[in-house]
Amino acid sequence: MTVRRVSVRMRGLSLRVDLRVLAVLGILGALTLVAFTLNVGRGEFAIAPPDVLAALVGGGDESTRFIVQDLRLPRALTAILVGAALGIAGAIFQDLARNALVSPDVIGISWGASLAAISMIVFGGASGVLTIPLAALGGALGAGVLLYGLAWRGGVQGYRLVLIGIGLTTVFSAGVSYVLTQAVFIELQRAYVWLVGSLNDAGWEHVWPLSATLAVLLPLALALGRQLETLQLGDDVARALGANVERARLALLAVAIVLTGVAVSAAGPIAFVAFFAPHIARRVSDTVSPSGVLPVAAATGAFMVLGADLAGRLLFGATHMPVGIITSIIAAPYFLYLLQRANRIGATG
Amino acid sequence: MTAPSLRADAVTLAYDEHAVVHDLELDVPPGQITAVVGANGCGKSTLLRALARLMRPSAGSVLLDGASIAGLPTKEVAQRLGILPQSPVAPEGIVVEDLVARGRYPHQKLFRQWSHEDEAAVEAALDVTRMAELRSRPLDGLSGGQRQRAWIAMALAQQTDIMLLDEPTTFLDLAHQIEVLDLLADLVAGHGRTVVMVLHDINQACRYADYVVAMRDGRVHAAGAPGDVVDATLVMEVFGVQARVIEDPVTGTPLCLAAKPRPRSADPALTRRLT
Repeated sequence: MTVRRVSVRMRGLSLRVDLRVLAVLGILGALTLVAFTLNVGRGEFAIAPPDVLAALVGGGDESTRFIVQDLRLPRALTAILVGAALGIAGAIFQDLARNALVSPDVIGISWGASLAAISMIVFGGASGVLTIPLAALGGALGAGVLLYGLAWRGGVQGYRLVLIGIGLTTVFSAGVSYVLTQAVFIELQRAYVWLVGSLNDAGWEHVWPLSATLAVLLPLALALGRQLETLQLGDDVARALGANVERARLALLAVAIVLTGVAVSAAGPIAFVAFFAPHIARRVSDTVSPSGVLPVAAATGAFMVLGADLAGRLLFGATHMPVGIITSIIAAPYFLYLLQRANRIGATG
Repeated sequence: MTAPSLRADAVTLAYDEHAVVHDLELDVPPGQITAVVGANGCGKSTLLRALARLMRPSAGSVLLDGASIAGLPTKEVAQRLGILPQSPVAPEGIVVEDLVARGRYPHQKLFRQWSHEDEAAVEAALDVTRMAELRSRPLDGLSGGQRQRAWIAMALAQQTDIMLLDEPTTFLDLAHQIEVLDLLADLVAGHGRTVVMVLHDINQACRYADYVVAMRDGRVHAAGAPGDVVDATLVMEVFGVQARVIEDPVTGTPLCLAAKPRPRSADPALTRRLT
């Protein structure tokens, strides 16, 4: 029988490490590194890996350095950071709502960001590089506050989050449709590209805020993972175990909302990453504990977005498919698989 | 080590201004099994929730070892008092060992997540509930009795002196009901815990409890040893059922049998109305 869990104890610190989660993280890390190198090396101008490495450290010729350092590197890094942020956010939302079909797209956060961003594109006029991302972030945060406030009734129960969230999604997406009717053609094009989720505009101005946010929120999310674990057992048992249920939920929601907001502001609402990554994480690492699911979902999300960007740039000839289209193509069959599994299991589950 | 005391002191509990429990006094006897019985809606589950600090009394207070439970830090309460609600939820696919390990939460910190005590407590809990062989099985794949034992193991790993259980036997068949109740009896007799459970079956309550609390309309109607308290009058007053109470031939405790079952022959008037 293979050992799955290993206790690590030293000098006041004690942990239980899930070896399978570690193995999965290792594999995903390796895959992401490969995808990263490919992403930076391939494109309209193919650059061999040694030249990529040279350009990264400042050597090589100037045009190669420009392509690597100013175009592809920030784009690949943004892909990783956005994917990781969405993966964690999706995992947190799914556990808080106690519903595996939930994601920030479904409960209004992404659409709140979209409404703000699209409004800025259509009504905002000529603006700086950061105006639309900031609008998107504000939209996500505003949607989050609205979601929490409307779902509050002596506390925030999971099912209320879902129902209010669906309501918000409906309202915001209707708002986006309305705003689009007011747009002229150029704005319309820009709006649609933004809505589908794309890394075309990804630059260093996106990487820094994303990195800073993840550097703070990733460890915070992992630290809150233990409380999320008790919340998984229902509010009553969580309280009985000594967790402060409403405070934990508020903190976790805030983390997930900010992560979503920052991710959407950098690359638009890339479809299904936040939904799909936690599912894969749970399945592949064979665990439901947030201490395992959160990091694996982050790694899965990063790999998913990076891989989708690579596929979008290389597989369709001259046309570059935006990232959001590829992720939709990946996720759609999974929904069919879920449906088929549900039908087979039947009503008794 | 002195046994912990749990007491409800003039407690009134209400949902949205509607009082469900009125001015209730209850001293939970330490080191014994207390069963709370009563008709549906009499407030027994609500009382249990208040004792477990899941609900705040609108008047009066619950006292744990003399101190108001509302004022104590949540984690400290969690180390002394555990509750198992009716139909608890668990994430899909969770494994028995994982569930039991989560009972250690009140004793853990961010960097002390798996101490020797934690490991020992989980092992002991799995042993006592005879779930050690099933430790790697997913909870969903277990029978009702096994699942309930797993949840009790989780509550045991919490290592609280007092355990509160809300209808622990309600969705189980007879064999599993006995299994769970026998386990609880062992815990009290062999390990000195205090158990308070809401039971819907008064005969089980009489068989297993040292102390029966019969509730009616949000008040304690009668409380005491089953032999002292449970008789036909009580059954009528609390459940509204005419019963004969005899001595259980197996255990000697009171056994309540409904006195006037409905006659088998169909009422022609009723049949006419239905067709």
